[in-house]
Amino acid sequence: MGVQYYNPACMKPASFDYLAPRSLEEALDYLAEHGYEAKVLAGGQSLVPAMNFRLARPAVLVDINPLSELDYLEETDHRLRIGTLVRHSTFEKPVCQGPTGRLLAMAARHVGHWPIRVRGTFGGSLAHADPAAEWCVIARLLDADLVTRSSSGGRHIPAEMFFQTVFTTALEPDELLLEARLPLLSSDTKVGFQQFSRRAGDFALAMVAVAFQIEEGKVMNPRIALGGVSDRPLRAPEAEQMIEGADPGDPSFRAAAETAAREIEAIGDIHGSASYRRDLVRALTRRAFEQAITIS
Amino acid sequence: MNYIGSSVLRIEDRPLLTGEGRFAADLSLPDQLQMRVVRSSVAHGRLVEIDTSDALALDGVEAVWTHQDVQDIPPIDFRMAWVDGLEPFRQPILAAGITRYVGEPLAVVLAEDPYLAEDAAELVYVEYEDLQPVVDPYQPEPGEAVETTLVEKGYGDLEEAFEGAAEIVEMELRVGRHTGVPMETRGAQAWYDPLRSVVEMFGAAKVPHHNRAAIASMLGLPLGSVLLREGHVGGGFGIRGELYPEDVLVCLAALRLGRPIRWIEDRKEHLLAANHSRDQVHRIRAAVDRDGWIRGVDDECWVDQGAYLRTHQVTVTELTTSLLPGPYVWPAYRSRAHVMLSNKTPCGTYRAPGRFETTFVRERLIDLISDRLEMDSVGVRRRNLIPADQMPFHREIEALGTEVTYDSGDYHLLLDRTLEFLDYEDLTAALARRRSEGEVVGLGMGFFVEKSGLGPFDGVRVTVDEAGEVVVTTGVASVGQGVETVLAQVCADTLGVEAESVRVRHGQTDEIAYGMGAFASRVTVMSGSATLLAAGQVRERALETASGMLEAAPQDLTIDRGRVFVQGSPDGPSVMLGEVAARLRPGQAEGTPGLTAEGWFEVDHMTYPYGIHCAVVRVDPESGEVTVERFVVAYEIGRAVNPKLVEGQIAGGAAQGIGGALLEDFAYDESGQPLTSSFMDYLMPTVVEVPEVEVLLCEDAPSPLNPLGVKGAGEGGITAAGAAIANAVADALGGSEEVSCLPLSPERVRRIARSLPRP
Ligand SMILES: Cc1cc2nc3c(=O)[nH]c(=O)nc-3n(C[C@H](O)[C@H](O)[C@H](O)COP(=O)(O)OP(=O)(O)OC[C@H]3O[C@@H](n4cnc5c(N)ncnc54)[C@H](O)[C@@H]3O)c2cc1C
Repeated sequence: MGVQYYNPACMKPASFDYLAPRSLEEALDYLAEHGYEAKVLAGGQSLVPAMNFRLARPAVLVDINPLSELDYLEETDHRLRIGTLVRHSTFEKPVCQGPTGRLLAMAARHVGHWPIRVRGTFGGSLAHADPAAEWCVIARLLDADLVTRSSSGGRHIPAEMFFQTVFTTALEPDELLLEARLPLLSSDTKVGFQQFSRRAGDFALAMVAVAFQIEEGKVMNPRIALGGVSDRPLRAPEAEQMIEGADPGDPSFRAAAETAAREIEAIGDIHGSASYRRDLVRALTRRAFEQAITIS
Repeated sequence: MNYIGSSVLRIEDRPLLTGEGRFAADLSLPDQLQMRVVRSSVAHGRLVEIDTSDALALDGVEAVWTHQDVQDIPPIDFRMAWVDGLEPFRQPILAAGITRYVGEPLAVVLAEDPYLAEDAAELVYVEYEDLQPVVDPYQPEPGEAVETTLVEKGYGDLEEAFEGAAEIVEMELRVGRHTGVPMETRGAQAWYDPLRSVVEMFGAAKVPHHNRAAIASMLGLPLGSVLLREGHVGGGFGIRGELYPEDVLVCLAALRLGRPIRWIEDRKEHLLAANHSRDQVHRIRAAVDRDGWIRGVDDECWVDQGAYLRTHQVTVTELTTSLLPGPYVWPAYRSRAHVMLSNKTPCGTYRAPGRFETTFVRERLIDLISDRLEMDSVGVRRRNLIPADQMPFHREIEALGTEVTYDSGDYHLLLDRTLEFLDYEDLTAALARRRSEGEVVGLGMGFFVEKSGLGPFDGVRVTVDEAGEVVVTTGVASVGQGVETVLAQVCADTLGVEAESVRVRHGQTDEIAYGMGAFASRVTVMSGSATLLAAGQVRERALETASGMLEAAPQDLTIDRGRVFVQGSPDGPSVMLGEVAARLRPGQAEGTPGLTAEGWFEVDHMTYPYGIHCAVVRVDPESGEVTVERFVVAYEIGRAVNPKLVEGQIAGGAAQGIGGALLEDFAYDESGQPLTSSFMDYLMPTVVEVPEVEVLLCEDAPSPLNPLGVKGAGEGGITAAGAAIANAVADALGGSEEVSCLPLSPERVRRIARSLPRP
């Protein structure tokens, strides 16, 4: 016996209230008042489709788009501070000098399609926490510091703690993501970004971002982050460890790639099984390292 | 002016480009109700209870119907039927006791606005008793699956062919579940018009006359009480315009509730509810001689029809079994096709039905034979092609109730022209060079025979009014392919007017009594020929009438840009066609009043265009990604009324074919839940995945079956796309036999490529 809980074909949202706060404080008050019932509306590029499919049914939308004070980019203390409302397309050209801006630009062009990039926001992508989102992988790679605020105060959450599982973050329902802080990588840092998707603009089946330095001919401070293969963006600690101090080049890149492919716990879906995703991680990791030494 | 043969710009584009299109959703009527379909969320279940009271209690909900409310309406009948006794497998307009696929209509809500209707649809309480779903009715055995019928076709002595063979080549091939996905989803709006006592439906497409008759019969109304109107149609591809439950439900609701009813399909709904297609498994064996001659082919296949047999009944299977041999002689042949049911969306025809699948099967087989015999695949094709001197070629098989007789063709010539177009020697040398440098690249080819111009008739009325305006009225439909332009071109040349002055009216059942519709690449062949006949008669009448006005013999007169004058004296006395029409008012002239004539074109046989697709692909062996670098379509069309429109048809078809070859597939889990019911997972190719399609259009073999010599162009762009790309991938991977399954998803290709040495 079973009961039909949903109509398998729906594309119009259930009814909701729409609130347009005039200040950050007002937005936070609304979130405090409505709690689990409320959702922040940023670029709407993930939330609105989910509402149309009735997978999300917020009773209240708190639209932060009018809050222009959340749309800023600043460089302070070797950090790039990204206001939550900065749109994806802003990053297509480097927003700052050096490897951090370059890496963001490498990734930006893979985020959906142009109309999505001009609306979707950096903070919205992090808060949505799709395991295949470019910004989530970059945040994990660079150990972003995520700054939040609620009516009862603020927090700093490291990226590692922030992403919990698919579409789930450490944010409380009354908490707004304000800003992401990324380190401004030193100018000698090499960065690479590689992903594989079935069509241009699709969420990637796998993606790999790397950053490292070369000191005295050896790979130093390597970071490897993976997206699209698990329930959240991951680092590949064993692979990072094994390439640390190695001679940069095909053998060490292959070895690191092999290790990364082995150490992750990949998840499969209709577009690619877990073992196929491991294959992709292996290829993309090597390519990301190759890309990093050839172009940066 | 010679309009026929020139790439006249589309006369139907003006409203489309200026935002004045009238698609199904562009009509809104006062007092209308919105219809929303409650669809099954399980693949197979007995309906224990459907309680509509919560939905009905919502303010603004006018009615909620389940099967009980529509028990008097029979299931949707077959539009085409080839096998007797399959009536039990037809689909009711609302599930009757058992639901058989996710998306099946269980109930409808009629409410004041579409959001409310969707809210109410959720409140319809449905209780099921789960039944075992069938998701894969082939592997390893059909199991619980129902086989509706076995379609068997063949000729020649298969036993002898196999006994004497030097080599027997066997393969199992599979084509995924695809469908045409028109940019415009379906939509239907119906209202009752007391003035004329008719129920009118807007949103008809493809086959309005047939659907009018079907709706009238299902609702127990006389034919004259139902009127179907076609607006602009944003693509059809065979799936759109067939009669579906929703079309009948809007008409029924309009009659019962006395208010206009509007139903506009959502995309998600579309992917669950509109016909799917393809989904075949073939086990094929060929008996071959050492020199590449194919002595005979034996095929067994399973066609997954989904949950019901819809309007096409077993049309796809008919076409599959009868057209599999394609351009080759094959002295002996048999195909046995099991028409299976499963708990998936029901299937119908989709652009090149049966030909996309069998061309993939046949052309992969040819390449495998070539590999086995270590022969060049072009040579094996050439060895087996039907020679030009055997045309017309009788296949000794029937398809769709008519004998398969290839009307005309020179297949060897097309092959030569294609190789020349490709610079075959240079191309293969360049690919060999790239391979030696480590790239994984390949070239693949697929030869196909299309069919087009399905009869038995179509008609056109051409009328010139007193202002000189020419109206062509036809019973065919336009799915956006350029019907208006093409018929205007034929009419303009025949009559002697400017194409721009010709209006073409189509798809309105009250304007002409009969019409077969727009499918099977038939419109230019059938209605084009009918236009030629009708316009010819109008011309004759005009010349006769003008002869009295100009005091000259009719045979000395000519018509140019609507002006009648004595041949050779364009500056002499003349009359305009409008003036001629004014002479033909009732009582003023003998015969039928008005400058008008009907032309009806009838044929018993189809015409068979043919072509070759070639693909150059690059494979990334590490990810399995296939990039189509080049896509060439050589196509023999007999005569191109409008070459640009033909190229457009071919390019669009090729894009869809590339989708079917590499991306598109309706996947289900083991419980029959669809896994690809939105554009996030049902992957249509985008402009990035489709290269520029290069078209070689040939007019070497005009059809003897119609006065224009034309063959259809609607489907040949897609037919061999799966074949050519799969052969190219196999070529790139070193002739791999495992390339046997479409779409060639990166994971599939990666699995095959894994055995290659790493880069
Ligand atoms: C066709 C398509 C393709 C796409 N492809 C990609 C892709 O390849 N890669 C990719 O990364 N993304 C892709 N996206 C998603 C896109 O990047 C979204 O913009 C992004 O995921 C969400 O950002 P948004 O600003 O649109 O947020 P919204 O959709 O407005 O919100 C998303 C979620 O985050 C919450 N939220 C938003 N801002 C905040 C905040 N400041 N504080 C707390 N919670 C907040 C919302 O409440 C909601 O739950 C695609 C989207 C579409 C439609």
